[in-house]
Amino acid sequence: MVINKVRKINHKESQTRKNEAASDKMIGKWVKCEACKEILYKEDVHENLSVCPVCGKHFRLSSRRRIAQIADENTFKEIASEILTKDPLKFKGYLEKVNALREKTNLQEAVTCGTCKIEGEKCVLAVMDGNFLMGSMGSAVGERITIAIETAIEKRLPIIIFCVSGGARMQEGIISLMQMAKTSAAIKRLQDAGLLYISVLTDPTTGGVTASFASLGDIILAEPDALIGFAGPRVIEQTIKQQLPEGFQKSEFLLEHGFIDKIVERKDMKHTLGKLLKYHK
Amino acid sequence: MKTAWERVEIAREAERPKALDYIENIFDEFMELHGDRNYGDDKAIVGGIALLGNIPVTVIGEQKGKSAKENIERNFGMPEPEGYRKALRLMEQAEKFNRPIITFIDTPGAYPGVGAEERSQGEAIAKSIMEMAGLKVPIICVVIGEGSSGGALAIGVGDRIVMLENAIYSILSPEGFASILYKDSTKAKEAAENMKITAEDLQKLGIADHIIKENDDFEKITQSLKRYIIKNLKELQKLSKDELLVKRYEKYRKIY
Repeated sequence: MVINKVRKINHKESQTRKNEAASDKMIGKWVKCEACKEILYKEDVHENLSVCPVCGKHFRLSSRRRIAQIADENTFKEIASEILTKDPLKFKGYLEKVNALREKTNLQEAVTCGTCKIEGEKCVLAVMDGNFLMGSMGSAVGERITIAIETAIEKRLPIIIFCVSGGARMQEGIISLMQMAKTSAAIKRLQDAGLLYISVLTDPTTGGVTASFASLGDIILAEPDALIGFAGPRVIEQTIKQQLPEGFQKSEFLLEHGFIDKIVERKDMKHTLGKLLKYHK
Repeated sequence: MKTAWERVEIAREAERPKALDYIENIFDEFMELHGDRNYGDDKAIVGGIALLGNIPVTVIGEQKGKSAKENIERNFGMPEPEGYRKALRLMEQAEKFNRPIITFIDTPGAYPGVGAEERSQGEAIAKSIMEMAGLKVPIICVVIGEGSSGGALAIGVGDRIVMLENAIYSILSPEGFASILYKDSTKAKEAAENMKITAEDLQKLGIADHIIKENDDFEKITQSLKRYIIKNLKELQKLSKDELLVKRYEKYRKIY
């Protein structure tokens, strides 16, 4: 009964708020928490920064909402928005897929970069978006992130990158792989310039992004319970022919093994970043 | 003209020369050095000091085996994080003593295992890539067989990228690519043709600087590679350290 009602509402809502739903994984007025299975009122989740009010599960967030949560109001000025997807392999169906995603998500690519203020402190902010081809890094993502890093160097600003990515983008082949070198080389220049880089890992951060700029922060923060790793869990299971232990490759696992500085809940993220920026003034 | 898939098969042949074969043939002496000073010594990566004529250079190589026994010992050329950390330690040592660096790339990829993740394969690769971008000595990277994914790039950031004629360099294996994009790992052949992974493709894409022709005479191949290395080290050593780093940065910066 309830399920049917939810479905009906879902249908109507999905027509009018398609983009919102696509970016935030929220379906209609109700959403089921994938962790505790509780049926939640969407407004409650939204107001709670897309964190389950019952169990604390951090749902994936669109870059647009992430920026709204982190940057001081009306301070975000986008840069590198003219950098768009290229198709170096002339891979069948790739650009069509990208165009469809643009329509659906209202995003041009899997990362949005800009300058902004966080608790009054000026910085460069790059935010990846998992709704756009799993946040994968192709040439446009690599180029935008490199421009963001170079902007930080040029303006002598700290940079914060929110990572969410399935890794390097397969459809652009070796060009995607080389973005790992390009972005990491830019981070090297940033380090040499003595500027602060804070990397924030969110669910999921894997593959070529983990094996490049995501792991190179002076300070590395993570949201709770995020999947973070180089190889995907399925690939590892197929290789070792064993099931992986509970909690493997989660934020808490990385903290325990010494690879991240701190796990920060979403409600505390802005203030934590604000404090870190002040410490490094 | 071979197809991309034929080259994949050649690049993976068990009897194809491996990193240590190149090292032995190109350099006059080689002293292997071990360990990452932190956790262990990964046998999938070899490294040490070699003499090129009478010039000491630092050599790093991803080492596959030729037999099943050797491959087990070398983990099929799939490094663990300590392998990349050993490589980086030796490359930083090269910078300290002003030795050029030559790397030999031949790996199906970084090892995807529990221990590798516990010790952060991602961080090990990222750090190596980043630091290579800033090492103030000439770096020449040679893809001799299979250059697959971040596991290859981790020792692949340099001033010159050279590929053997039948070597491949790719974002991941054609099998992996097919299973992700075609949802069918048996379409690896088809994937290989579409992925642009041959030496010729990489040269056209502006990533490989030079291709070493292959023939049946391994001696000839290594001599041709040796000549290339000597000539290019000479050119690179004429640059100031700042110029060297600016040019290296530009080499990757323009890939878009």
